[in-house]
Amino acid sequence: MSGVVSYLVFFATMAAILAIVVLGLNLQWGYTGLFNGGVAAFFGAGAYVTMLLGGRPEPGQFGGFLLPFPVAIAGGILFAGLLAWFFGALTLKLRHDYLAIATFGVAVALESVARNAEWLTGGAKGLRGFPRPLEASIADNFLYGLFFLALVLAVLAAVYVGLERLVRSPYGRALRAIREDEEAARSLGKNPVRLRLQSFVIGSMIMGAAGGLYVAFYAFIGPQDLAPILTFQVWAMLIVGGAGNNRGAVLGAFLIWAAWTASGFALATFAPQAMQLYTGPIQYILIGSVIVGMLLWRPQGILPERIGQGRR
Amino acid sequence: MIQNVLDGVLTGAVISLGAIGLTMVMHMLRFANFAYAELLAIGAYAALVFDKVLAALAPVLASAFKPLTLSASLALATLLAMAITGASAVLLDWLIFRRIRAKADALSMVFASFGVALIVRNAITLAFGHDAKLFSKDIAFATVLSTDPLILVKADQVFVLIAALALMAAFHIVLTRTAFGFALRAVAENPNLAQVAGVRLSTMIVSVWLIGGAFSAAAGVFYTLTNHLSPALGHNFLLPVFAATIVGGIGSVYGAVLGGFLVGVASALSLAVLPSGYVPAMPFLIILAVLLLRPHGLFGEDQA
Repeated sequence: MSGVVSYLVFFATMAAILAIVVLGLNLQWGYTGLFNGGVAAFFGAGAYVTMLLGGRPEPGQFGGFLLPFPVAIAGGILFAGLLAWFFGALTLKLRHDYLAIATFGVAVALESVARNAEWLTGGAKGLRGFPRPLEASIADNFLYGLFFLALVLAVLAAVYVGLERLVRSPYGRALRAIREDEEAARSLGKNPVRLRLQSFVIGSMIMGAAGGLYVAFYAFIGPQDLAPILTFQVWAMLIVGGAGNNRGAVLGAFLIWAAWTASGFALATFAPQAMQLYTGPIQYILIGSVIVGMLLWRPQGILPERIGQGRR
Repeated sequence: MIQNVLDGVLTGAVISLGAIGLTMVMHMLRFANFAYAELLAIGAYAALVFDKVLAALAPVLASAFKPLTLSASLALATLLAMAITGASAVLLDWLIFRRIRAKADALSMVFASFGVALIVRNAITLAFGHDAKLFSKDIAFATVLSTDPLILVKADQVFVLIAALALMAAFHIVLTRTAFGFALRAVAENPNLAQVAGVRLSTMIVSVWLIGGAFSAAAGVFYTLTNHLSPALGHNFLLPVFAATIVGGIGSVYGAVLGGFLVGVASALSLAVLPSGYVPAMPFLIILAVLLLRPHGLFGEDQA
């Protein structure tokens, strides 16, 4: 019984971390219409920098400055934001799909740095050993799990409330306005390039924050955490939940993560021995089909965007 | 160093062939197609299958043209693969992209292409396995043409370069000398005006997918002729063909060809100074440089 409960705590923590990433993407895609093809890169940038700043020192390894967790994660968030600002400033003036290509390229480049720059990132074996916040004062493992879940949920709630206020403010209306009709927004004195850049940077910083929480949760980060499949999963979560609806984004994160975990478990248990090497591709096909299927048949998601009605 | 340049020119020819179709699709349908490079993989695997089938049906076809490792069955299989890949490109458009184009914006197409790429790549993995494949094991022992022991040039590599250039030249003649070529360029220039002049847009879209698919299949086969084939082929070529397209300027066929060679040679040269693990990131650096210096590419005129 306690095994089930601690698994549920573990599952909910991971789903909540991903929900934060999806909220960041929702600001970019759902409210501003920006295509981020490298979600994993901004998540990973936050994660690696948090690890470098807050991790334990290792011989022959850069980093391990043992900074307090809030400082470390702030560094991670800042770095993700800087990365987003640099590439956003380069591409947001151009054709809309340049951002997609550039962010996809950032993800490929960061993954190859993570795999190869051993002095910095530990290479293929990654970096491990992270003093988790308040670990010393909570001795019991299960209680600590609960505490960490509460911490992640608190961050999720803060991001959710912050974004809800942001998108319901005049600023949020301006973002939607440039998404719908750039010329009209420009004629009202809005600067589309600047608004897009701000939205892109804020969304990426939220992803970086989720990366920092992920590092504190696993006390590990490796190049496989930056693999493109994360980007696909986060996109599937947003399109299933409903782009342009923050409640939908959180719902989609929990639904897809449950489906992903359940399908992985079912394949590992029931698939014949010979198929075990191929459970990954089967899951990837499922994620791809979810994305394409939703776009074809229900592009608005489970909880569609609500415009102009009801302030809650 | 000379070896690096030679290898780069060869990879460049493959990238160029891939980028020709991509630049036309990106320009005409106005979306960055992340599923496009999977056509290279579809083509290469289709050729692998046809080669085996043809060699089994008519064993006389299976012997290689010396000094190449290329056999008649593989040459025929390549033509079949080009047709099949063109047809799959049309089919994917008809099943998925056309429907999304009808009701949503260009970025939803980008999004859908991500999903399609994931499905195609992993379906190939399920069908053919993770392990790397070769058309012919003889390639490891193929005759080396050069007399300098430090420079390795195989006959197959020379053939690949010539065949790729021939395909590009043929396409150039089609573009500049035939009514179809004029129509294609007209649609790329201004779709509305071309329609007024009696060009059928839907026919042109199908032709662009067919041409792009066929060229990608050839690119996939040419690459596999001298390298290993794995389901990651499409993923590995995705960033290089995008880089070639952006270097050349979206919509410019000649730009894409030049861009392909540039990206190929630059990546191969970077091997001389960087550890090989960083090579996948090289096309990205080229994209960055172009965006900083000349955002619309060498020959591009596409605006936002």
